Formats: sequence, C-alpha cells, structure tokens
Amino acid sequence: MLWVDKYRPKTLDKLIVHQDIAQNLKKLVTEQQDCPHLLFYGPSGAGKKTLIMALLRQIFGASADKVKVENKTWKVDAGTRNIDVELTTLSSTHHVEMSPGDAGFQDRYVVQEIIKEMAKNRPIDTKGKRGFKVLVLNEVDRLSREAQHSLRRTMEKYSASCRLILCCNSSSKVTEAVRSRCLNIRINAPSEDEIVKVLEFIGKKEGLQLPAGFTPRIAQKSNRSLRRAILLFETCRVQQYPFTPNQAIPPMDWEQYVAEIASDILTEQSPKRLFQIRGKLYELLTNCIPPEVILKRLLSELLKKSDAELKLEVSHWAAYYEHRMRLGQKAIFHLEAFVAKFMSIYKSFLLSQFAAFG
Amino acid sequence: MAPMFPTSQPWVEKYRPKQVKDVAHQDEVVRVLTNTLQTANCPHMLFYGPPGTGKTTTALAIAHQLFGPQLYKSRVLELNASDDRGINVVRTKIKDFAAVAVGSSRQGGYPCPPFKIIILDEADSMTEDNALRRTMETYSKVTRFFFICNYISRIIEPLASRCAKFRFKPLNEDVMSSRILHICNEEGINLDSEALSTLSSISQGDLRRAITYLQSAARLFGSSITSRDLINVSGVIPEEAIQSLFSACKSGHFDLADSEVNNVIAEGYPVSQMLSQLYDVIVQAVDVSDEQKARICKKLGESDKVVLHFFCCVTCNLFLLGFSSVWHLCGVFSGFNFI
Ligand SMILES: Nc1ncnc2c1ncn2[C@@H]1O[C@H](COP(=O)(O)OP(=O)(O)OP(=O)(O)O)[C@@H](O)[C@H]1O
Ligand SMILES: [Mg+2]
Repeated sequence: MLWVDKYRPKTLDKLIVHQDIAQNLKKLVTEQQDCPHLLFYGPSGAGKKTLIMALLRQIFGASADKVKVENKTWKVDAGTRNIDVELTTLSSTHHVEMSPGDAGFQDRYVVQEIIKEMAKNRPIDTKGKRGFKVLVLNEVDRLSREAQHSLRRTMEKYSASCRLILCCNSSSKVTEAVRSRCLNIRINAPSEDEIVKVLEFIGKKEGLQLPAGFTPRIAQKSNRSLRRAILLFETCRVQQYPFTPNQAIPPMDWEQYVAEIASDILTEQSPKRLFQIRGKLYELLTNCIPPEVILKRLLSELLKKSDAELKLEVSHWAAYYEHRMRLGQKAIFHLEAFVAKFMSIYKSFLLSQFAAFG
Repeated sequence: MAPMFPTSQPWVEKYRPKQVKDVAHQDEVVRVLTNTLQTANCPHMLFYGPPGTGKTTTALAIAHQLFGPQLYKSRVLELNASDDRGINVVRTKIKDFAAVAVGSSRQGGYPCPPFKIIILDEADSMTEDNALRRTMETYSKVTRFFFICNYISRIIEPLASRCAKFRFKPLNEDVMSSRILHICNEEGINLDSEALSTLSSISQGDLRRAITYLQSAARLFGSSITSRDLINVSGVIPEEAIQSLFSACKSGHFDLADSEVNNVIAEGYPVSQMLSQLYDVIVQAVDVSDEQKARICKKLGESDKVVLHFFCCVTCNLFLLGFSSVWHLCGVFSGFNFI
C-alpha cells in the first residue's frame, strides 16, 4: 500500500492538519441529525477526501469503512430515447460516493435519475438511529449547469432523509443556487510547516532516519500539496536510503517532462521544433494530464526563464489560449498555438536584444 | 406527507414558512396571493429573483393553502429541473395531469378553486421552447402555471407575457434580522446586535444562506453567537488576505503578485469572492485617484464576467497578474475584451 493511503488518518481526532476544521465537523454532526448539506472546496491535495472519509466514520462508525466498489450501468429515460449511463460507485450501507462528472455530457441524467432515486429512498435502520444516508459527490465543479440545476430541488425535497456532501476544487464553478444550499467549508492547502509535521510523523512510523532539512526540502517542492509531498517522500525512500542531507528530490514525472518541453522551446524557435513539441504535448495528453494543468505548468516553467519584460505578455497569451481551450474541443491545438505564440514573442525579443547589443 | 424524523431536517427546511402571509419582504406577491385565497382565483404567475428569497416557498405555500393536504396531490403538480428530460416529457406529464377534470367544492375549509396548479420550479432551462406555450394555452382554463426562475431573461417572452410577474427581492437587513431573531427565539440562541447585522451583510440578501450560517454557528459555538463566529463559518476572506494581495498588485512587481496569487490559490479562496472583496477595498482606498478607481473597477467588472467564463485558477492567477499591469494603466486586460 502506498504511504498516501497507509497513513491516511481514519478518524477526525487523528488528523494532523486541519485539526480545527475536524473538531468543528465533529460538533456539527454529533448529537443532532439536522446538519446542513456540506460543500468542501479547496485545492487538490489539500486533504478534502481524508476529511470527508473521517467525517463519514464519525457519523456512521466503523461500518462506513466497509465499502465496495461497483461499476454499474443504469438505464435512463432521456425523454426521446433510453440511454445507458455507466458509473463507478463506492458505497457502504450508509453512504454512496460517486463522481457524476464522469458521465460527461450525460451528467444531468445522473443527477436527475440516479442521484434523485438514491436521495428519495430512505435507508431502513432497525435501531431507528441515523435514519438518513449520505451521498458524496466528487468534483461537482465539473458538472454542467443543467446537472447543477437538477440538484437544487432534490437537495431540498429529500433533506429529511439524505445529506449531500459535495466536493470540488473551485467553488466559483458551482452555481450560486447550489452553494446557497450548503454550508461551504474551505479546505486550504497545508502550509509547508504542516507538511513537514506529517512527513516526520510518517518517518517516525516507518522508523526512518531523517537528516536535518530533508523534509522541509520535500515540503518546498510539494507546492503545498500533501498528497504530492507524501508521494515524493516515498519515492525518495525507494531511490536512496539512508537519506543524505542534500539528496536529490525527483520531480513528478510529467512535470519533469513539461520542464523539458519548456527548455526545448527556449533553445530553439522553429517550425520543426514546434512539430517535435506537438508530439510531446500529445503524449502528456494521452497520459491523462489535463490540458489546463499542462498549460499552467508550462507557463510557470517558461516564466521562470523569461525576462521580466515578457512575463505579462506571455501570461496574457496563456490566459487567452486557456480560454480558447475551454470553448473548443481539441486541446492540443490551443496548447500548440500557445507554444507557437510564445516562440514568436520570444524570438522577436531575442532579436531586439541582439540588435540593441549589436 | 409528514417527515418521519421532523427534527432531522436542517433549519432552512424546518423554518420554511408554511403560509403565504409568513413570507417575509415580498409584500406585493403576498398581497396578490392573499387576495387569491379570498377570491379563489389567480392568474398564471412568474416568480423570479436570486436564490433564497422565498420563491419556492411561496409557490408551495399558496398551493397548500388553496387545496389542503387532502387534495394537494391530485391538484398540484410540482416539476423542477430534475424532471427536465426534454420538452416532450414535460409536456406529457402536464397533459396527463391536466386532462383529468376537476370540480370546485370547498373541502375542509380550503378554497379549492376549480383548477389545477402546475409549478415549474427552476424553469430556467425548461421553457426555451414554444411547445410549452401551446400546452399552456391548451389547458389555460383548467390550470394555472407558476413559473419559477432566477433570471427572468431565461423565460421566453410569449410565456412571460402571459403571467403576472413578481420579482423576489434580496431581503433587506431589517427583514432578515426579524426572521433570524424569530428562529433564534425558537432555538434558544443568543445573538447580539453586531452579530445580527454581520449575519445580514455576509448573506447578501439570501435568507437561506443566513439560516445555514446561523445553524452552523450554533452547532459549532453554542447558543451564544458572536459576529466573529459567523464570519468564521461564512468563509468570507479575511481582510488581511485581501490587503496583502492588494498591496502586491499595487507594487507592480510581477513576481510579488505571482507569489501572492499562488498563496490565494493554495488557500482555496473562491475567485469570485476574492474579486468582489477586492473591489470593495479598491473603492475605499485613499491612495488611489478617482480616475484610477474608475478604470480599475471597470476592468474588475470585466474580469468578473470573464472569471465566470474561465472558472479556473490558472486564469485567476493571470487576471490578478494582469491586474498589476492595470495599475500601470497599460491595459493588458484589453486583450480580454474579445469575450
Ligand atoms: N421571504 C422569505 N421569508 C421567509 N423565509 C424565507 C424567505 N426567503 C427564503 N426563506 C428561507 O430560505 C429557504 C429557501 O427559500 P426558497 O426555497 O423559497 O428559495 P428560492 O427563492 O426558491 O431559491 P432558489 O432560487 O435557490 O430555488 C426557506 O426554506 C426559508 O427558510
Ligand atoms: Mg427554489
């Protein structure tokens, strides 16, 4: 088991970061059963998932841990025809977790049929306790407007028997009407100090010798993502142990790759180079790295090595193509267009520099 | 249908007014509907306005008051966005429902007028089609339609023009306060006047939001709630965070702004919220000329619109970066006018 999973705290009390939020959640769900719907938002790797799982356990006890993964197909009446909607769910007796956004443009049917049905049906509890169930919906910021609209009344109508826990990165993408129906809980990325604390905790559990300054360096590289920090930590452990104080910390593979692309761009600006880069970008895409993430990473690599004069212009064009990418279908075109644009800006900048000195 | 565990409902549902007269702040619609209760007649209705202002509440309340629990099921059809499977489905549902004729006989003290009510809640995306207009015409003798939506522009004109239109206003501070105090009373909560006005201002006219904040604060901080507690649960971005972003932008140093923006993103503050609070700060800033303010606000206004399109951290990043250049009035933003 990977350390990220192995050391995922199971209960709200065991959390190392977000202790304050955890204690608040605990108060929110104990005693009364009237807690509002919840919307967790914050950057990825901040620990939302961990909090949610610990919260479920707080509500339902250890049985919330007994989950089964199912790949189901639902037949949905889409008005004019019947369609099949496929979705993976993770469920215990008390809760169901899913990412309705995975159904792509059929997401509204997931909300209208599947989620509504689940919300409607009240679980039967022999002890008369916890007469409600929880639906955990991941990545709600990916849902289409129609799908989000379809959630609204469901959230109100069945609130006697069902609580929704929504989870997303950016709450600006969740419609106001849905946000208004939840208690919004912001989960910030842990600070570097907090990440160090977690790494040291893991180090201790694994019985590792940690040279001074080693974990802070990992934390620094992690971009405040706890998940990434732990992955890096484990990679380091595999690569070389005992640790040495200035042991190299490998970047994540794809980031390394983007860094290479950036340096390709900076060393040569030509149609031929552009063509080569296209292949590399394509490879990243086929490995399921989201195009916006690639663009963002590429931008930050390019900015690192660009002259101050260029930074604003380059950022501007990144935003421009980012926007185009969202409107259009083929992400690769827009990524490539951005690279081409950068090349042209960069080249004329170099030429002007050259002229100035020459 | 009485809920099995009435206590397990969140407060927003628990305190949803059951009667039209208890709907706060929407006097005009309340007056018309009270009238309806007496005359047992009403026009088609269109309710529009921002979330949490009482639209659904009002429609459900009038329907219940007209027909009572006995007849409700047979006389009221409630459709919402989750029933929207294309116009044909909606139309069939309406047809099946409207086809069965009704008589008028007062029952159990309820007016029971001789028509059925069809509530099309969250109609924003349901009515784009003329087909619904024909359905409405066909059954207009025996049905009354209640359309509910957030933006009136989403309802096509031929439909809208057949309805009495009511705008549900964001609730003002006084109204909100009195409703909140009522709930505090019922729940045994203490709220000082500062906290009360904080609650009104952070929920921006959305009573549902206010009630949720109140309940959450009550669960977290006990029965005596302060203004701080409410700010705490509301997720308003702390003043310091806004100020430091603002000064980084003012500095005009790209790298400084860049690291500030990255911080904002790591903290997970919602972009739209950030922009709106930034806006307030700028308007109040003393070291900025009026002309500059005007320009910046214009740009921010645009970027807010744009942010709605972009919806993503990358662009937040870039916008706020762009913002630093706006400061120097070189208008990198101008490139975004294409939207
Ligand atoms: N005018 C009001 N008077 C009293 N309570 C209100 C009022 N408006 C909203 N509320 C409270 O807020 C809750 C939500 O209101 P309601 O469902 O009517 O909002 P809505 O206008 O339909 O919003 P949406 O556009 O999001 O559907 C109600 O349950 C009630 O507790
Ligand atoms: Mg409503």
